[in-house]
Amino acid sequence: MFSSALRVLLRKEFLQIRRDPVILRMLLVMPIIQLIVLANAATFEIKDARLWVVDQDHTPTSREAVTRLSSGGRFAPVGQSNSFQQAEGALLSGKADVVLVAPEGFERSIVRDREGTLQMILNAENGPQAGVIQAYGAQILGAWARDLTERSTPQLQRATGPEAPPRRGQPIVEVRRRGWYNVTANYKHYMVPGILAQLITLVGTLMTALNIVREKELGTLDQLNVTPISRAAFITAKLLPLWIIALFELTVGLAVGHFLFGMPVVGSVGTLYFGAALYLVAALGLGLLISTLAETQQQAVFVTFALMMVYSLMSGIFTPTRGMPSWVRNIAELNPLLHFVDLARAVLLKGAGFSDVRHELVMLALAGSTILAMAVLRYRKRAA
Amino acid sequence: MKRRKGAGAALSAFILKEIRHILRDRQTLIILLLLPLAQLVLFGYAVRTDIHDVRVAVVGEGSDHATSALRNRFAGNGRFRIVGGGLREDELHEAFARGDMDVAVLLEPDVTEKLARGVPTRVLIVSDAADPNTGATMQNYAGSVIADWQDDIGANRGLVQIKLERQMRFNPTLESVNLFVPGLIALILTMVTSIMTAISLSREKERGTFEVLLVSPLRPWQIILGKVAPYLILAMMNVVTVLLAAWLVFNVPFRGSLTLLLAASTLYALVGLAIGVLIAAVTSSQIAAMLAALGATMLPNIMLSGMVFPIASLPLPLRLISNIVPARWFIELCRGIMIKGIGFQLLWENLAILALMLMVFLFVAIKRTSVRLA
Repeated sequence: MFSSALRVLLRKEFLQIRRDPVILRMLLVMPIIQLIVLANAATFEIKDARLWVVDQDHTPTSREAVTRLSSGGRFAPVGQSNSFQQAEGALLSGKADVVLVAPEGFERSIVRDREGTLQMILNAENGPQAGVIQAYGAQILGAWARDLTERSTPQLQRATGPEAPPRRGQPIVEVRRRGWYNVTANYKHYMVPGILAQLITLVGTLMTALNIVREKELGTLDQLNVTPISRAAFITAKLLPLWIIALFELTVGLAVGHFLFGMPVVGSVGTLYFGAALYLVAALGLGLLISTLAETQQQAVFVTFALMMVYSLMSGIFTPTRGMPSWVRNIAELNPLLHFVDLARAVLLKGAGFSDVRHELVMLALAGSTILAMAVLRYRKRAA
Repeated sequence: MKRRKGAGAALSAFILKEIRHILRDRQTLIILLLLPLAQLVLFGYAVRTDIHDVRVAVVGEGSDHATSALRNRFAGNGRFRIVGGGLREDELHEAFARGDMDVAVLLEPDVTEKLARGVPTRVLIVSDAADPNTGATMQNYAGSVIADWQDDIGANRGLVQIKLERQMRFNPTLESVNLFVPGLIALILTMVTSIMTAISLSREKERGTFEVLLVSPLRPWQIILGKVAPYLILAMMNVVTVLLAAWLVFNVPFRGSLTLLLAASTLYALVGLAIGVLIAAVTSSQIAAMLAALGATMLPNIMLSGMVFPIASLPLPLRLISNIVPARWFIELCRGIMIKGIGFQLLWENLAILALMLMVFLFVAIKRTSVRLA
């Protein structure tokens, strides 16, 4: 299989990459910078949502609600007013992210009916942000409600202990919550696998497309076409170096993610590389396909970016695929990047084994062989 | 007088030539006109940031009244889908690793007996929190279903309850398209103005045709103007088509002044053009110009502008950098006008910052260009 022509071609490709300072820099520096910037920037983590308080109750309980909310580091009070108008102004001008309203009679209703209602008005321009702020608010207030219960009824405090005496006729449920696989709720740990996947996609697809289109632009592709080199040897020689480079990038990225960001590597690295090797066949094949469509490097870049945009938005890297309507989800199933991201996250964060990710591996193999076959077929036609 | 008229005619002829140039490259033109619409559709349908269809497994369920009430509560909630019937507690990790479910609710084996006798029983909500936010949100949804169930079986009697009513201002249905349209407009304007201009100018330089233009009777600023004017027109066409599509297909609200929005878009497009000219002036090849334009405009536009990720979440150094990203100020403007319906009074600062940026970039661009021409 490794004919001497192929060996010479491979040597040429490696030499070409090594001698091009721009490409070399792009390959070595870009991934690290991108990983560091992206991992820090791509976050929906809410540290301190700016809280505006409209306290119409003016009681110790309503003030305690505000204290509870702002003590956990999730909310930072930025102002308060008696009127809604000022609160609305704070939302409009962007001074506050959320307004908490404690209505008149809040404390009385807690004492009398053991039930109080608070209102949160959120700036929902950024929907996910608003949703998360609300979720945190509900969690903090839920914990506060349990404390209030215990404080007002001392016998209940003991009732939740392990040796609690039975209380006839009163079912007691104690709800606990656990978030698995990312106990410290570190957003970076979640983002790094996705960013790595995007990184090797960029290297694989864009570099392949540019590499071949440049030869086209310079006219050296025609020269190669008239030499006695088989198509298979030509394509292998073009793809193999980039395939190796992309796997190298993955290694660099993993090291940066692990040692700099403390991202856990729970599962087997072998499974991850096996998935990456399969996925890269699809990514490189796509680059080859683009190179058959584009005439200039400018076009190649635009087509690649257009595709990459669709690709990454439908991959679950940035937004949960859980929210997609089902018909979009079905289309997204065809996206190899989605399966690779799922695989990378499952292996790295959850410690999924080879058999746990069979579905992803099968889908990756299918996508890779289909895309590569399409690209090779189109390539033949053009050369004929 | 005659000379000046001649120069004006030369300029308009030059602009016409440039427009023809762009029109002739069909493939690029089609991409430039269709890509924004495709992205809009994608943002509208595919990119949902709310969470539906959460798969929940109830582990250790009995068949008595209380636990079947819990199952019914989950089944009746549109957000949840019950999976993994008969799953055992020790199989949980494996099932999560396979990605079989998103949330598991664990009941104690003797939950029925404990509930009846009034002995405290524990319910554990486990969520797949690899994505911390999604994990927290799903826990919250599951928690509220369980709270309803506690009501059903009377387990809440005597406990203090704090109800939290929520009101989502400006975007009550949390449509992600409302979030993305302003960012998308910024992205398209950047792409068409900065990147296309940088590439097209550096192509002339690479091919040596720039020198030809320089010895023509056109002044340098006229050459630049002729080069960028068609892209400005193209960019504004893109803005109008995206706004129309957003309004017709996705009912994105337009609460504020359309004139102000278009004026702000023009200002932002001019900033983008100035950056494009500057990039072309400092780079020597197409590929370098392209990489520089991508690195200097596209990435900050997506990552550091608040387009998707809130600026408040950025670490301090990046938050400081975001101040010099023009898209940040423009997106705030767009959102303010379209979604909040606020006007000049609250937005003049953003306009002033963009105008200042325009002057700075223009100044540096002209300076760099004339140095190279000397």
